[in-house]
This record gives sequence, structure tokens and C-alpha cells, in this order.
Amino acid sequence: MNNEELKIKISELLPTATFEEGTQWLTINVAPGDLHLLATQLRQDTSLFFDYLFCLTCIDWKTHLTMVYHLDSTKFRHNIVLKSKLDISSPAIDTVSDIWKTANFHEREVYEMFGVNFLGHPDLRLLILPDGWEGKRPMLKSFEDPINMIRL
Amino acid sequence: MVIEMVIAGVCVIGLFAALGLVLVLMERRVAAWIQIRLGPNRVGPKGMLQSLADTVKLLVKEGMTPNGADKFLFNFAPFIAMMVAMLLMAPIAFAKDFQLWDLNIGVLYFSAISSIMVISILMAGWASNNKYSLMGAMRSGAQIVSYELSAGLSILAVVILTGSLNLNEIIQSQADGWWIFKGHIPVIIAFIIFIIAVTAETNRAPFDLAEAESELTAGFHTEYSGMKFALFFLAEYINVFIVCAIGATLFLGGWMPFHIGHWEAFNHVMDYIPSSLWFFGKTFFLIFLIMWFRWTFPRLRIDQLLNLEWKYLLPISMFNILLVTLMAILGWHF
Amino acid sequence: MVEEIGTTPEGDIIINVGPQHPATHGVLHLVITINGETIKKVEPHLGYIHRSIEKMCESLTYRQFIYVTSRMDYLSAHINNHACALCVEKGLQIEIPSRAKVIRVIMDELTRIASHELWWGAMAMDLGAFTPFFHAFRERETINDIMEETCGARLTMNYMVPGGVMLDIHPNFQKRVKDFITLYKSKISEYDELVTGNIIFQNRMKGVGYLSPEDAISFGCTGPTAKGSGVSSDIRKLYPYEVYDQVQFDEVLETGCDSFARYMVRIREMNQSIRIIEQLIDNIPEGDFQAKTKAVLKLPKGEFYQRVETARGEFGVYIVSEGGTTPYRIKFRSPGFSNLSALDQMARGSKLGDLVAMMGTLDLVIPDIDR
Repeated sequence: MNNEELKIKISELLPTATFEEGTQWLTINVAPGDLHLLATQLRQDTSLFFDYLFCLTCIDWKTHLTMVYHLDSTKFRHNIVLKSKLDISSPAIDTVSDIWKTANFHEREVYEMFGVNFLGHPDLRLLILPDGWEGKRPMLKSFEDPINMIRL
Repeated sequence: MVIEMVIAGVCVIGLFAALGLVLVLMERRVAAWIQIRLGPNRVGPKGMLQSLADTVKLLVKEGMTPNGADKFLFNFAPFIAMMVAMLLMAPIAFAKDFQLWDLNIGVLYFSAISSIMVISILMAGWASNNKYSLMGAMRSGAQIVSYELSAGLSILAVVILTGSLNLNEIIQSQADGWWIFKGHIPVIIAFIIFIIAVTAETNRAPFDLAEAESELTAGFHTEYSGMKFALFFLAEYINVFIVCAIGATLFLGGWMPFHIGHWEAFNHVMDYIPSSLWFFGKTFFLIFLIMWFRWTFPRLRIDQLLNLEWKYLLPISMFNILLVTLMAILGWHF
Repeated sequence: MVEEIGTTPEGDIIINVGPQHPATHGVLHLVITINGETIKKVEPHLGYIHRSIEKMCESLTYRQFIYVTSRMDYLSAHINNHACALCVEKGLQIEIPSRAKVIRVIMDELTRIASHELWWGAMAMDLGAFTPFFHAFRERETINDIMEETCGARLTMNYMVPGGVMLDIHPNFQKRVKDFITLYKSKISEYDELVTGNIIFQNRMKGVGYLSPEDAISFGCTGPTAKGSGVSSDIRKLYPYEVYDQVQFDEVLETGCDSFARYMVRIREMNQSIRIIEQLIDNIPEGDFQAKTKAVLKLPKGEFYQRVETARGEFGVYIVSEGGTTPYRIKFRSPGFSNLSALDQMARGSKLGDLVAMMGTLDLVIPDIDR
């Protein structure tokens, strides 16, 4: 499916979704509450079949956080990007690790780096950071570590 | 009598040290040759003194005992390994009429004493209070106990043919040809099984599961350092030497020169080569074979290792014993 | 993390494999639960070589940050650099000279061969055979010498820059690459004789570490790990970049789904890389090796994503730009991170010795996983 067809199809699935212009791939903005439902449909719909989550990350915009999901279909080879705006003070979103198993590790990384709480994640613990880093969010723009941080 | 024993003891210890140095150097040279590199070449002429330098290093290294270890067993285990290796030295005939102890059950003695080796490994693994060591020890226990059967049965093939457990008599029976030539295919099969089984029994690759450095870091001797480690290391090489010496004695005639039936002139010429040279030549050939295995094959997995023994080697050697018995009764050998 | 030492209530033993362990090739830490020799659970603990490269890149300019990326997957350093250069070029919307494109692809493929050679030796060493390591290094050294001559470095080359390559190729380059191809072809049969055909090796690999195609996709496995499960995931074929759409090569797929299939994929992939180099080495176009770019690069506001195929799988660079000289946010999607997440699924129920074989065929590079 090309971008236009995808756009129409996804608008049918989730009328509240908005689309970004001028991006490399079709980019869809979703409310955090709708994300899990849309993701399930994207994965299960036979004409969409987004079975490969190749990138999951988060961006700190100082005022809010944005979760970014890059999806690919191994069957049709079309790509889309899902985005969801999170509140910076208590970021939380439903996990997608039940849909794509790779999200398990990626969400743990985002959890420790940005402090995003993934609701329903089976094993939300520190993955990369050592013990004692719980609660710190080193990838946030506001993070300051007087001892370990080197300013370039 | 006492003086005799002291002299013998000093000789064994001296031989031990010399063999350890030579075999370690040989292993490294063989490895280097197979791996297209040079090997030790800095200490002494052509790197000959490398293993001596290593020994000095190991001697001055601190011998650590881990906190949670059972101190007595931990320190005792390497000595058992050494004692076993030393005891095994006794019945070996190094040259014509050169034997520490010509006992009439030499073969039985060898198979009995070599089984004690597993105790030192189990003891080391248990006493280290380390899970890797324990797993290595358990693997080693399962492995040595199973492969002993095949080793014993393949030794039995030669015992049946000679009708004696005395190593000297077995050598004498090969005066008109070694058993590997006289005994047809069954003895060759027994020889191959013997080599496989003793490689496993001495924990050498591809059967080095007790150490398996990529799985268990260093297996049963993970916690050992310094001289205690060196004793295990030395015992391993001495064991390799001993099993190869036994293999050479049983199948390749020990110190007996290469004789062909009744070709008097040929046999006479062969007799000019000293018997000790024959013995060491054959032994080192077998040692080279075992080293060659180590640097060529990947390691087996524990279940495959036990499958190999119980499903293949043991039935084959049992059947082989039948063949050899039949051959001995009917006199089909030369 | 630390309290998971000892035994579980069911009586299973928990052991730490790593961070210092001969089979983890670096500082990977696996906490495994075993019952006797049978693995019940594998839990990776990462971060022992985490340098927060993503955060570091936020304060580096678009010219500078590429040099850090060589330090991630140091065995595919060229390809990492390549991905970053491509991503910056995508943002700048510049077309690079065709000479630079061809040089880049040749370098990528040489890197891929070198990486697979090292993997081959290291994996055989995991299985207890030391000798292949040295045999692999004999060929790998030749590649490193070629790299050294042109790029001035042997491991972290930093040869790709936005706009092309840093320097023109050395005059000897073509001759030496051809010599290497001759050498490689004369030696590759040794690999099969020494390892592939070995009965012990085959028994250790076949049926070990089963990963179904569905799981491979779901876990985000890419590269030889996915190709061994029959999943087509070669970015060079699916989303071609540079001159990959103009050269003839096959995407290597095996359907065994086990460690042996992953092994065969890498061995066959080396031959495909040789094929690509053979087509390009005599056809390097004349001209500039670098497009003219400004001294200080500024990317327009927006998001740019570039996917490339490294020796380990799909590597992605995601740059979020606010229009400045430094990236606002950068994300590296590393292949090893996703491949490692499948290890638990693969290892359950197999023997401890199999774990080493599986880790070997996943070809883990720890700095690539930790970033």
C-alpha cells in the first residue's frame, strides 16, 4: 500500500489520528490511550500486517515527551511511524510488548532512560543502567550529573 | 632397600618435572604449528626454556584459597592428582629391563589407579565452593566413569591375546610383531577405542568438558592459582604421558623394536636402535596424536559425550571383545 | 540485579555468565537459571560498556558525531559510519559523487567479510576449537592491511564523511583488493574442511537454538539471525542505498532456523560480498571522492531515518533535528540489541553447551548492544 492508501485505511481504523506532512514515512499522531488499540489493529489487519517493529524510542521536547514507533511490514514492505505525546511529569503509555516481542527490551531501555512507565509491561526493570539509578532519567535534556557528566 | 626406594622416588620426581616441561613445550609447539604461528621463541634458545620460565612464574604466584572454600579439601585435591600420576608411573617399562615395579597385575593396577584421578577432580570442584567448578567436577565424574569401561574393555583385548596381566610379558609377546599388526582388525578397533577413551579420561579436548573454558571458564580448577593450579596442569600432562605409554606398551610393543615375524636380519638391524628410543618414540607419537585432536576438533556437548560412550563405544568394544576371544581361541592371529 | 545469586525455590541453580566470561566476547552479563545442565531461563543484564553515545551525540556537530559511531559496532565500523553519513546527507539533500558511492560499497563489503571472518574464528573458539581463529585471522589481516593503507586505521576507520569519503583510495587499493579476492578464494575451502564438515561441529549446531520465522520477526531479529530462519531482511535488497541496486548479488536465506542455518548464512554471505566487490573493483568511476559541503553542516528541522545492513543486521540512525548544528535527539537502532532479546526464547530447554553455540551464532558485539 502506498502512503495515501495507508492514510485512508488508518483514518478508518482510528478517526482521531492526525497525520504529519513532509516526512520520510507516513507519520501518525495518536493519543496515548488509543495507541495500544491502533497498534493491535495494525499488526492484525491482513491488508496492513505491520509485523516488524524496527525502532522504538522516545524524544524529550522539554515540555513533553514523544514516543516514536517505526513499523515495517515483512509482507508488504510499507512503513509507517506512530507518535504519541506524553506528559513529562508522569509519562505513561500502554506497552506494545504483547504485540511485538522486541518492544520488551526497547521499552525497558526507554523506561530507564526517560522514565516512561509502560503499563502492562511484564518485566519493567533497569536493563542497561546499574543499580541505584532508579528514578533518574539520564536521557532527559534536564538531566545533570555533576560527577560523571562531561560537557563537550 | 630404603636407598633403592629413595633413588627411585627421586628419579620419578625428576622425570615428572622434565616430562612436564617437555610436554608443555611440545603442546605449544604443536599448537603453533597447526595454527600457522611460531609459538614460544623468546626465552632461551628457540624458546626451549619457556616452560621453565612459566614454572618460575607459577611458583612465585600467590596460591589463593577462596573464602567459602573447604580449605583442607581444596588444598589436598591437587596433591591427590599428583599422587595418582606418580603411582601410575610404577609399572611402566621405560626400556628393556628398566621398570620400577614389575608387578604381575600391571594392567589391572593401571586401570584401578587411574580411576582415582576422578576423586581429585570431584574434590577440587566440590571444595572450591564455585558453581562452575562443581559443574565441571560433575561432568568430569560422569565422563571418566563412563569412558573407563571402554578403556578397560579395549585393554582387555590385548590381555586376552597374551593371556597375561603382566606388562613385561605383554611386551615380550610382541617380539615377533606388535599387537596392532598381529591382531588384525579387532585389535585396531580396540586401539582406536582406547585412544578415544583415554583422551576422554584425561579430560583432553575434544572431551575437555570438565574444563570447557568457553562454558565453565576453567571448570574444576577455576579457583586454583599458582602452584596448586600448576600441580593440576602437570598431572594432566603426566597422565597424557602415562596413558600414551600404556597404549604404546599394549598395542605398539612398548620398548620392543619393530620386528617382522622371522626376518632375522631385519629384526637384528632394528635391535641396534636402543629400546628406550623405541619406547619414547612410540609414546610421543601417541601424545602427538592426542595433541593433534585437541587443536583440530570442537568440543562435544555433555549429552553427546555420554551418547558416544554408551551408545557407540561400549557396544562396539563389547562385540570386539567377543571377536578377539574367538580369534585367541582359534589362534587366528600371527 | 545483584540479589539474583544462589538457588531458586524449585532448587534450580542461578549462575552468572559474565560480565567476565570467555564466551561472552566482552562484558555481556547473562543470569541463567539451570537445572543440572538444562537451561530454564536466560536473562541478559546489559550496560557494562554503556557510554550513552546517543546523549554524547547530542552535543557533537554533524561532522563530529560520526566518529563516535565507529565505537559501537567496532567490527562494522565502516557500515556504521556509512549509515550516519547517509542520514546526514539525506537531511542536507545532497547527492554524492558516484566514485564515493562505489568506494563506500566496496569498503562496506570488505568490512562485512572481515567481520564474518572474525565471527567464524570466535564462534569455533566458543565450541572449543582454537585453530580456526588463527586461520580466520590470516585472511582478516589482509583486509585490515588494505584498510590501513587507505583509511589510516585498522579497526575504527572513520573513513566515511557527509558528502563522500574522507580521502581518495590509495593507488595500490585495487591491486590489493584483487589479491585478497584471489587469496580468499584459495582459502575458503579450508573453512569447510576444518569446521563446516566436521561431524562434531555439525552435531553441536544442528537443531540448536531454534528460532521460528514468526519469532524472528517479532523479536526484531535481522541480519544472519533472521536470514537463518528464512526471513528476508536484507536492507541492501529491500531498501537499496548507494549502488546496491546496480550490482548483482543474492540475498542469502536458509530455512533451518537453527544455529547451523545461521552459520551457513554467514559463510555464504561472505561469498556474496566477494561477488559484489568483484563487480565494482574494476569499475570505480573517475571523479571527485567528496561532494562540496559547507564547513559547518546544518540540518533542516525535521526527522531523518536511515537503515543499512551491517554484518549483524539492520542498523538504523534516527536523527531529530531542530535546525542547529548538532542533532536534537539521535537514536541508533542496533541489530545486536534486538537479536539478543531472542536469546532467552532460543535457549530455554537446551544444554549449557548449546548456549555458547547460540551466542556464537548470534554474533554479539557488546558495545553495539550497549551503545
